[in-house]
Amino acid sequence: MLEVDTRGRSCPEPVIMTKNAVSDLKSGDSIKVLIGEEVAKENVGRFARNSGCKVEVSDIGNEEYELIITKN
Amino acid sequence: MNDKKGIILTGAVIGLFGGLLVLFGNPANMGICVACFIRDIAGSIGLHRAGVVQYLRPEIFGFVLGAFIIAKIKGEFKVTGGSSPISRFVIAMFVMIGALVFLGCPLRMVLRLAGGDWNAILGIVGFILGVLVGTQFLKRGFTLGRSYSINKTSGYILPLIMVLFLIFRIIKPGFIIFSESGPGASFAPWIIALIAGLVIGVLGQRSRICMAGGIRDLYLIKDSHLITGFISIFVFAFIINIIFGNFDPGFIGQPAAHTDWLWNLLGMFLVGFGSVLLGGCPLRQTILAGEGNTDSAIAFFGYLVGAAVSHNFGLAGSGSGVAFAGKFTVIFGIVVVTLIAVSSIKFSKSY
Repeated sequence: MLEVDTRGRSCPEPVIMTKNAVSDLKSGDSIKVLIGEEVAKENVGRFARNSGCKVEVSDIGNEEYELIITKN
Repeated sequence: MNDKKGIILTGAVIGLFGGLLVLFGNPANMGICVACFIRDIAGSIGLHRAGVVQYLRPEIFGFVLGAFIIAKIKGEFKVTGGSSPISRFVIAMFVMIGALVFLGCPLRMVLRLAGGDWNAILGIVGFILGVLVGTQFLKRGFTLGRSYSINKTSGYILPLIMVLFLIFRIIKPGFIIFSESGPGASFAPWIIALIAGLVIGVLGQRSRICMAGGIRDLYLIKDSHLITGFISIFVFAFIINIIFGNFDPGFIGQPAAHTDWLWNLLGMFLVGFGSVLLGGCPLRQTILAGEGNTDSAIAFFGYLVGAAVSHNFGLAGSGSGVAFAGKFTVIFGIVVVTLIAVSSIKFSKSY
């Protein structure tokens, strides 16, 4: 699975990185997005849901998150 | 508070305070202005000597401290830094210079419109164009690089400076300069200004409201979330102005404004462009600085120095328009910010 590491990037870069990665996905494919802050988690999650993807969030500790984004 | 209600509420509160602080004594159409207030602070600590714009504005201290307190409570206070600080400093300086040519940050731009100052329309056009140009760079892989967790102490420095300045405002020591006339001498009682600032700081931290982000997200990812806040500010400030008779439509004779349309437009173009590269408008940077983001704290100091430069070299606009030096520096700023943007593109597909 493709992994996108957005940790430490300031908004909206995490969203753009996710957008670029999602645009290459085929239906049913997933990517893993690593996120280092609360705001980016919200923004990336909102973006992915708005663009018709399923999002699973897991807390990986140290205020970092892993989002599994699957294209419907 | 990641929902529509939160962002509308934040916009409403900013709009209401924007209107009400004028009634309590802030300058007309300047209930809140991050750029103008940072400029006043710069003057008050003697970084510039423009006698009419020197005052320690408690609103700004409230923004930083409100964000600091709520981030602490919510466990979101995270000390980070190291994302091209010197580039951020320079971009922020030019954002401030552009804002002071127009005479207002993006927030005051909306408040000016809500007060009937049609010159703000040119500002909005320029701001939108600037945001769109900045967003093009983002789409092409512009980045100031990642930030890292850094030594905790660094995150407390700006909030502590704000506390110190607040104390200076209250006890008024002799070495702090306070304007005796002009906009710097128009202010709401400090306790009201501070409370307004704290409330906006808290709501701003929770809702992530950002003027530049609103236009950027609408264009980039077709997301209207942040722009809703922008519209909410306008609507509520407009209502307050109508109720209290502070709505005075027209181009000419508007408070702290000029009719030099091209420079209203280009000044805000520079603000929009620079703000997108920084990742947020001056309000947003101020809030982030309170949350422990030292890159945003660097931007805050960039604004402070930008304000000092503006007034020491006569770059800022005034009621009579914009001097040649101001026009030249706006163009120079657009060139510098463009060079930073072009040279900060990572050509690999950015993931």
